[in-house]
Amino acid sequence: MTTSARTAAVNGKIRTEDEVVAQLSDGMTLGIGGWGSRAKPMSLVRAILRSDLRDLTVVSFGGPDVGMLCAAKKVKRVVFPFVSLDSIALEPHFRKARESGEVAATEMDEGMLLLGLQAAAWRVPFLPTRVGLGSDLPQVWPELRTVRSPYPGPSGDEGEELIAVPAIHLDAAIVHVNRCDADGNGQILRADPYFDDLFLEAAKNRFVSCEQVVPTSELTNGHPVQSLRIHRLMVDGVVEAPGGAHPTSCEPDYPRDEEFQRRYAAAAREEDGWPRIRQEWLRDCADHDNRTTDNANTQERKVLS
Amino acid sequence: MTSAAESVSERTTPADVRRADICCVAITDGFRDDGEILANPIGTIPTIGVRLARRLYEPRLAITDGEAMLLNDTPPIGQPGVVEGWNPFRRMFDVVWGGRRHVVMGASQIDRYGNQNLAAIGDPAQPSVQLIGFRGAPGNTINNTTSYWVPGHSKRVFVPRVDVVCGIGYDRAAELGPETAKSHEIRQVVTDLAVLDFATDDRRMRLRSVHPGVSVADVVSATGFDLAVPDDVPTTRMPTAQELAELRRLDPDGLRYREVSAA
Repeated sequence: MTTSARTAAVNGKIRTEDEVVAQLSDGMTLGIGGWGSRAKPMSLVRAILRSDLRDLTVVSFGGPDVGMLCAAKKVKRVVFPFVSLDSIALEPHFRKARESGEVAATEMDEGMLLLGLQAAAWRVPFLPTRVGLGSDLPQVWPELRTVRSPYPGPSGDEGEELIAVPAIHLDAAIVHVNRCDADGNGQILRADPYFDDLFLEAAKNRFVSCEQVVPTSELTNGHPVQSLRIHRLMVDGVVEAPGGAHPTSCEPDYPRDEEFQRRYAAAAREEDGWPRIRQEWLRDCADHDNRTTDNANTQERKVLS
Repeated sequence: MTSAAESVSERTTPADVRRADICCVAITDGFRDDGEILANPIGTIPTIGVRLARRLYEPRLAITDGEAMLLNDTPPIGQPGVVEGWNPFRRMFDVVWGGRRHVVMGASQIDRYGNQNLAAIGDPAQPSVQLIGFRGAPGNTINNTTSYWVPGHSKRVFVPRVDVVCGIGYDRAAELGPETAKSHEIRQVVTDLAVLDFATDDRRMRLRSVHPGVSVADVVSATGFDLAVPDDVPTTRMPTAQELAELRRLDPDGLRYREVSAA
């Protein structure tokens, strides 16, 4: 047995989606990795849809993860720089939830979300930036504060006033990657890692779903070490979820399911469209989702043997 | 003003040049002297215009494949190129905040000082129309050069007052002072009707040129605030034969005509 396998045997990080969701609770702040309609941990989102969870604050570079959780009335507030389906610019289910007043918003610049997560990860209360100055962000985000630089300006005058982006602490984070070992060493093979590692580092409870759980020794076999963006120090639970990003893309394993996404978007305009598309999606993914904890344990034993 | 409008509208567009071609070249002209910076166009016509600039006038420009790769050559849109660098979103913020970038953004609304809205129509607390969000607009406009591309010039977009300021205009930048706003520049606003800039004493939007076949009156009536209109408004220049050949190479399927369909 290798060292990493022994670690996994001790830590027992392999989980099913339902086991992960059982560790979440009402009112939590949940960070979701990926970007728009790309690389979203959608099998975990489905598990949330099946659960009784509610009143979540969702932090996301948002896509259908946000739209579906809003449509299912799981969300109290969305913290976001954008919500988009990429090939469909606006997320219609999210729009509906916002325009009806059901869901509150904390809006920010994309780079501010990076800084807020980074501040949480580094355990500092804020990070300074010029981003947001002059815009209406301080009006739509009333908690946002500025800070005066303690250093003089270039001509010896008073230091510059900057935005102090507050640390964005997450109770839990979920991300989806291509491959992971049983210890939680995650490998991202798509061209852009987005901010998945930062979401994990900003969170108390950290979960990675992956297309495939592989032995540690296979991670760097044919792939550069730089693809190992996620280390087990950043991970509490690993879910093997082949196809787990559907309908979003999980490059290079598969592209976005544009056909499903079109029907999902169109459902926002139909009476009872959401329950219908929800049921269809859950049914089509039932083979994966019906795996039991026993199966996951079998999977862990298989990986470790 | 009337005579200028008449003289402009009398001009005709040669049959082989369409409005979209003129828009591409207007974008190109906004990047001609930018040097070694990252040109980051959003949208089809901006992407073609930037690639034309890189190909013919400013080879030092860095361009992306629209995602995480920086390209060393200038392939037609949608086709792979020679990768010279890796620029995932995390790196993109380093480039933006370092200032070595010129972005072309869209605008759901824009006002006379160039304040832009992408976030919401109505009260942002409960919008009548929830738009895409602030995206990178606040950070882009305060850190690097920004241009805007508006494929449908109308009073719905060119408004007296935007509902939410995402990208900051010249009035907001002036309030921040010279040190904080040192990188703020709105180079130009290109639309399907005209090219606009802020070359006025008080940095109000000015009509710089009208596209061939468009009158000054057409632009004024499609704009929801008082534009600065010089006595003599030139016509946006036509593409050269070399530029037209390059446009056909960069966009062989004519995607630019889907963004602007006018003849």
